[in-house]
Amino acid sequence: MNRTGGLPRWAEFGLLPLINLCAALLISGAVIRLVGESPWAAFKLMAAGAFGAQDSIGYTLFYATDFVFTGLAVAVAFHAGLFNIGGEGQAYIGGLGTGLVCLALGSWSPWIVVPLGIAAGCVFGAAWAFIPAWLQARRGSHIVITTIMANFIASALMTYLLVDVLIKPGQQSPETREFGPGAVMPAVHDVLARIGIPFAQSPLNLASLLALAACLLVWVFIWRTRWGYALRVVGQNPHAAVYAGISPERAILVAMILSGGLAGCLGVNELMGSQHRILLDFPGGAGFVGIAVALMGRNHPIGILAASLLFGALYQGGSQLSFDMPHVNRDMVVLIQGLVILFCGALENVFRAPLAALLGRAGKGART
Amino acid sequence: MEPASPPQQAPAGSPGPALELRGIDKRFGPVHANRAVSLRVARGSIHGLIGENGAGKSTLMNIVYGFHRADAGEILVNGCRVEIGRPRDSIEAGIGMVHQHFMLVERFTVLENVILGAEGGRRLGKGLGEARAGLERLGREYGLDVPLDAEAGQLPVGMQQRVEILKALHHRADILILDEPTAVLTPSEADQLFRMLARLRDQGRTVILVTHKLREIMAVTDRVTVMRQGAVVHETPTRDTSPRALAEQMVGRSVLLRVEKGPARPGEVLLDVRGLEVRDRHGVARVKGASFALRAGEIVGIAGVSGNGQSELLEALSGIRAPSAGSILLGGREIARGGVGPGERRSRGIAHVPEDRLKMGVVASFSAEDNVILGYHARPRYNKGAFMSRSAIRADCGAKMASYDVRPQSPGLRITAFSGGNQQKLVLAREIDCDPSVLIVGQPTRGVDIGAIEFIHGRLVALRDAGKAVLVVSVELDEIMGLSDRVLVMAGGEIVGEIPGAEATEEAIGLLMAGVKGDHGR
Repeated sequence: MNRTGGLPRWAEFGLLPLINLCAALLISGAVIRLVGESPWAAFKLMAAGAFGAQDSIGYTLFYATDFVFTGLAVAVAFHAGLFNIGGEGQAYIGGLGTGLVCLALGSWSPWIVVPLGIAAGCVFGAAWAFIPAWLQARRGSHIVITTIMANFIASALMTYLLVDVLIKPGQQSPETREFGPGAVMPAVHDVLARIGIPFAQSPLNLASLLALAACLLVWVFIWRTRWGYALRVVGQNPHAAVYAGISPERAILVAMILSGGLAGCLGVNELMGSQHRILLDFPGGAGFVGIAVALMGRNHPIGILAASLLFGALYQGGSQLSFDMPHVNRDMVVLIQGLVILFCGALENVFRAPLAALLGRAGKGART
Repeated sequence: MEPASPPQQAPAGSPGPALELRGIDKRFGPVHANRAVSLRVARGSIHGLIGENGAGKSTLMNIVYGFHRADAGEILVNGCRVEIGRPRDSIEAGIGMVHQHFMLVERFTVLENVILGAEGGRRLGKGLGEARAGLERLGREYGLDVPLDAEAGQLPVGMQQRVEILKALHHRADILILDEPTAVLTPSEADQLFRMLARLRDQGRTVILVTHKLREIMAVTDRVTVMRQGAVVHETPTRDTSPRALAEQMVGRSVLLRVEKGPARPGEVLLDVRGLEVRDRHGVARVKGASFALRAGEIVGIAGVSGNGQSELLEALSGIRAPSAGSILLGGREIARGGVGPGERRSRGIAHVPEDRLKMGVVASFSAEDNVILGYHARPRYNKGAFMSRSAIRADCGAKMASYDVRPQSPGLRITAFSGGNQQKLVLAREIDCDPSVLIVGQPTRGVDIGAIEFIHGRLVALRDAGKAVLVVSVELDEIMGLSDRVLVMAGGEIVGEIPGAEATEEAIGLLMAGVKGDHGR
């Protein structure tokens, strides 16, 4: 009857994701046992790798920042009933915008370059998302198909640009020269050092604050403005939208432009905050992880924050794990991440009905 | 293979129950849909099951047919206990069901549809041949003649219903359940259906007629069971009861069956429709040159069997669908062209209560308060600058709930947690409260309980008396006759006649409804 399937809110947003996560870890544990390592030791290593030290926390939060941007991007589109698979490509092209500003104006003051870089990331990402959005709104081309295609085109375009156009002269690897000193998003450890708090060096930078602000803005937009309301009506019931005088076409364009703009912020964290140049495949799949993050976070900014932290920890803890355990290689870590995505995203309904039945029975028992 | 052998255990008309339900109980979460329902249906009888929407009739029949499983209770067919967990079980027990929404594969022929689920082996040809012979015999026996090789989706609805009945009989159904069978029929088609049901009864089969129309119960059933709030509240031979008594049992108190209203004082023409033509997306004209005027201070009713262009007319008037020809003048100004969409029409004073509430009128996953601003969400009263004012919205919804007697008065509650009648009151409140000059209402009381029907009719009459123009499109003739100051009859996409409200009788309207579609209503 309704989308939550009769689950109370605490179970829908707390217990169910936890059960899904546990199921994923259970199967991961079985696989780790199969290759001859102790699952318990492996999970302890992962946890320590993600949260055990200041620098590992820094890395976890750095990755989580990427996922907040791409997760919000998926969620905003989803509220308008659109499944935006193109976060990866939008982040890639958005990063191009950020990178071009940084390359061109790198010698200017950061007070000018950083905001311009952020704006360029949003505009480029939004422009890349606008193409499939327009095709969906005006021509009825399915957004899932077109955004997937746009990912490939973005990848090919960036390869061409990095190999043939933007490459730093006189080198082999396809990346640009380093940005100038003004085009740097300050690192958190630098900022903290300036006010006298020592913090270990990590790529964590102030783009994380931008991610938090984006969470707040998305929440306000979706649930506290008439435009967000219109978007949700279109997503939930397009017939009612037409009846109410809301144009679904316009809502599709607005949602996708916002979605692309959010995904486009990934370059602010990755390029302006950490790499300081444009390099091949810098989104590294974060656009796709954003889908899992949004699903697991139930398309709500707070849920997306929590899910981003989880996936950030999996990324950082996982790389630590493959480093420390001889039988657990990089592919095994990808497998664990894949299982979490599978159970929390694709299979999120597996435990829903049994849980609802269980809670229903318990509730009935309590009443009688 | 004898697909239609008459019941063997007992001769026709014997008193033993064909179907007996004992203590059927069913909950859907917090909703107690059936409360220890017991029911005995005599073999060779037509048994009426009546109740308001949401009284639990459909749930009960879906349990008998195997769509739902009861939490408690047992089902006996011909005195033997049967376990029904899925439709196949009930078909094997000799129960057939004709659903309100037909379950036909539109692109299949009638014959292919009928054998669906009883194909008779791996090779289709053999089963088809046997079925054809059996069906032709059945058709002769019950006067159910249907072109076996026609594509099911191409047939008129009355004919599609016969296909459903044939299908049930072909599956050897001795007990036939019909869920609101007349919703899609003209009065003459309904009479024909009832004659057919009587013949089935006379042959010893058992018919259960689920309906909310008192008239049908009185016309055709032998016994009637009244359900209210999930429980059986009354059971009686039909000849010992009256429509008024049944209505009181359904609602639990005495009700007005007539709409109380004084004479109309029609004023100036507010909405003038001229030669309106509306095509569907396949380019087929669904409204063909409709012309009529709507005056201030009158209620005009449009009667007709559903699917004769009323939906398209409503959508064209409210701006959802662009007409292909003709004009719509609101206060003398053309609104059919020039991009005057639903939002703009609302601000010019046309409000619209859509006929399909859940499809169009509300957003099912939203709360009541978020639904009460639908279409009006950009108005200054709900916004403070760029932001929506939650407190203003909540206060407004609370006020509407109070003045339209919506229960429970919880603006934050999800809209689907309200009954159909309360949902409709909220939609009506939303559309009336912004002071429209013209109100267009489709199926004002579809899926609405009797108490709310009285209330809604009262509001529409009050709106008329306040000098507004009201257009009511309904398939319920009683509603059209009770409310309208003028009745227009629509058939085949055309307005085929007009009758003053005082002279509108079922016969007069029925003749017009059937006149144009005479080929359907043989």
